Amino acid sequence: MSRHPPAAALPSPAALSAGRRRAWVLPALLLALVAAFALTLAVGSVTVSAAELWQIVTGGDAGTAGAIVTSLRLPRALAAAACGGLLALAGALMQVLLRNPLADPYVLGISGGAAVGALLAMLAGVAGMLLELSAFVGALGAMALVFGLSHGQGSRTPTRLLLTGVIVSAGCGAAVSFILAVASEQSLRGMLFWLMGDASTASRPGVAVGALVAGLIACAPLARDLNLLARGDATAQTLGVPVARLRLMVYLLASALTAIAVTTVGSVGFVGLVVPHLIRLAFGNDQRLLLPASALAGATLLLLADTAARTVIAPAQLPVGVLTALLGVPVFLFLLNRNR
Amino acid sequence: MSAVARTPLLSARGLDVSVADRALCTGLDLDVRPGELLAIVGRNGIGKSTLLGTLAGLRAPSAGSVALEGRTLTDWPARELAKRRALLAQSHEDHFASTVLDTVLVGRHPHIGRWSDESDADVDIALAALAAVALRGFELREVRTLSGGERQRVAIAALLAQQAPVCLLDEPVTHLDLDYQIETLALFARLAREEGRAVVAVLHDLNQVLRFADRALLLTGGGEWVCGPVDEVLQAEVLSRAFCHPLKELRDDGRRYFVPA
Repeated sequence: MSRHPPAAALPSPAALSAGRRRAWVLPALLLALVAAFALTLAVGSVTVSAAELWQIVTGGDAGTAGAIVTSLRLPRALAAAACGGLLALAGALMQVLLRNPLADPYVLGISGGAAVGALLAMLAGVAGMLLELSAFVGALGAMALVFGLSHGQGSRTPTRLLLTGVIVSAGCGAAVSFILAVASEQSLRGMLFWLMGDASTASRPGVAVGALVAGLIACAPLARDLNLLARGDATAQTLGVPVARLRLMVYLLASALTAIAVTTVGSVGFVGLVVPHLIRLAFGNDQRLLLPASALAGATLLLLADTAARTVIAPAQLPVGVLTALLGVPVFLFLLNRNR
Repeated sequence: MSAVARTPLLSARGLDVSVADRALCTGLDLDVRPGELLAIVGRNGIGKSTLLGTLAGLRAPSAGSVALEGRTLTDWPARELAKRRALLAQSHEDHFASTVLDTVLVGRHPHIGRWSDESDADVDIALAALAAVALRGFELREVRTLSGGERQRVAIAALLAQQAPVCLLDEPVTHLDLDYQIETLALFARLAREEGRAVVAVLHDLNQVLRFADRALLLTGGGEWVCGPVDEVLQAEVLSRAFCHPLKELRDDGRRYFVPA
C-alpha cells in the first residue's frame, strides 16, 4: 500500500518515542521546585538573603533568621510542597482510573469525608493531632463507603465508581452544611479556612513527604500498565494487564494519597485537577512522564501559592486554596484555548 | 506441512457461551490451525463478538474450555498470553490525546519488560506496522483527529505490532474504504499463509468470506452453529435461514457470490 507517501521527513525513531522526554522534563521541573523552595524560605515578614539561606542550608548558624527558616518556614513549605505533589499525583491517577480528564482527587468523596471528620472535631473543640486523625478517619470512611457501594452486581466500572463518588460527596456536603449551620460563631472561621485548604497549621510534614515518595515509587513499575488502562479495559486486558487488580491498586493508592494530603492541608482545590491537565497538554499522556512530572509541578504550584497566601496581605493570611484557584483557573483556560 | 505445524494454535472443547442465561453457542468444538483463516458469520446480536471475546480469554465460558497451543487460556500468564494472541476490538476508545505512533506502540507492551522502555527496535516494528496499513507519515498525528477508517487502520497496525501468532479480529474491515477492505483481508490471509498465523475474523460480507476464508463458523441462534470449509457452510439455503432474507447464489469465472434475492 503506497498511495500515501510519507508526509514529511521523520525525526529519528528515538525522538518519536514518548518515554524519552523524561530525560529533560523531570530535571527541569525539579529545578523549578528547588527554586520555589529557595523563594519561599527567603520571603516573609523577615526577609532572608541568599547568602544567609545558603549558610542555613549548609548547616551554619544564622541566628534569628535561621530559627525562622528551620522551625517556621521549612516545615510549612515541606507540607505545602508534599501535599501539592500528593494531590497532583492522586488527580492524575484518578483521571486514568475513571478514564475521565475531568476527574480530580476529590471526585470520589474523599475530601468530603475528611471535611466531615475535621469539622466534627472542630465542633467538639479539639485541635492539632486529634483533628488530623478525625479528618483521616473521615476520609477512610468515605473511601470505604464508595468502594463498598460501587461494587453492586458486576464490576466496578468507571461510571459506577464515579456516580457513587459523586453521591457520597453530595451527602458529605450536606453534612458539612449542617455542621456549619450549628457551629458557633468563633469556630466558623477556622472551619471555613479548613474547607478552603490552609497550610498555616501544618507543622508535621513528615507523613506527607513520606507518602509522596512512597506513592511515586509505587507508581513507577505500574506506569506503562496505566497507559493501557487509560485506553480501555478490553485493550489493557488483551495486552496482558491484570485490569481488576490494577484498578483496585490505583483506587487504594490514589485514595490514600488524597486522604493524607487533605488531612495535612485541608481540601485545597484545583491542584489535583489542573496540574495533571497542564502536564498532559504540555508533554502528552504517557504516565511514565505524567505521574512524576505532575507530582513535581503540583509541589511547586502549592508551594508558590502558599508563599503568596502568607505574604500578599501580610500580616494577615489567606487560605491557600483560594490562591490555587486564582492561579490555576486563568492558566488552565489559557492553555485550553491555545490547544484548541 | 508437517504434523507438528498442523497442531491447532487455538482450540475450543465443549464450549458454551451465554449471556444472561441466553445461549449464544453450545457445545462448540473448534480447532484453528496455523495458516488458517476462519470467518465467524451470523446476524447482529447473535453472539459473534462475545464468542470472540471468550476465545480471547476476556470472558469465562459457561462451560468447556479454550486452549492456546494446547494449554488452557486461564493457565497462561497474562503477558505470555498477550504475546501469542491479539484481539482487534470492534470499537476503539480514545479518552485521552495520543499520537498515532504511541497508539501503535501499545501493541509492543507484552514484549517489553516491566522496567524497560520501548527500544528503537520496537519503534521500527511499529513503523513497519504503520507502513503495512499505508499510514506511514501519520506517526505524529493525534489519533482523535483521524477519520473512522484511519482510526481502524491504526488499530490494525497496533495489532500487527503485537506480532501474535493468533489474531482474533472483530469486524476488521468496518469503516474501511473498499480498497482497504480487500487489502486488509488479503494482508491477514497472507499472514496466515506465509507466517503460519491463525486468524479468526468476524465478517459481515459473505462474498469476502468466500474469497478470503478457509473455513466458516456460522452462528444460527439458540446456541446452534455450523462449522466447516467455507464452500460447505456457505450455501444459499442455510444462509437465507440464518440471515432471515432469501439469498441467491451467482457464479462468475469459477467463483461463487451471494446476493440478496
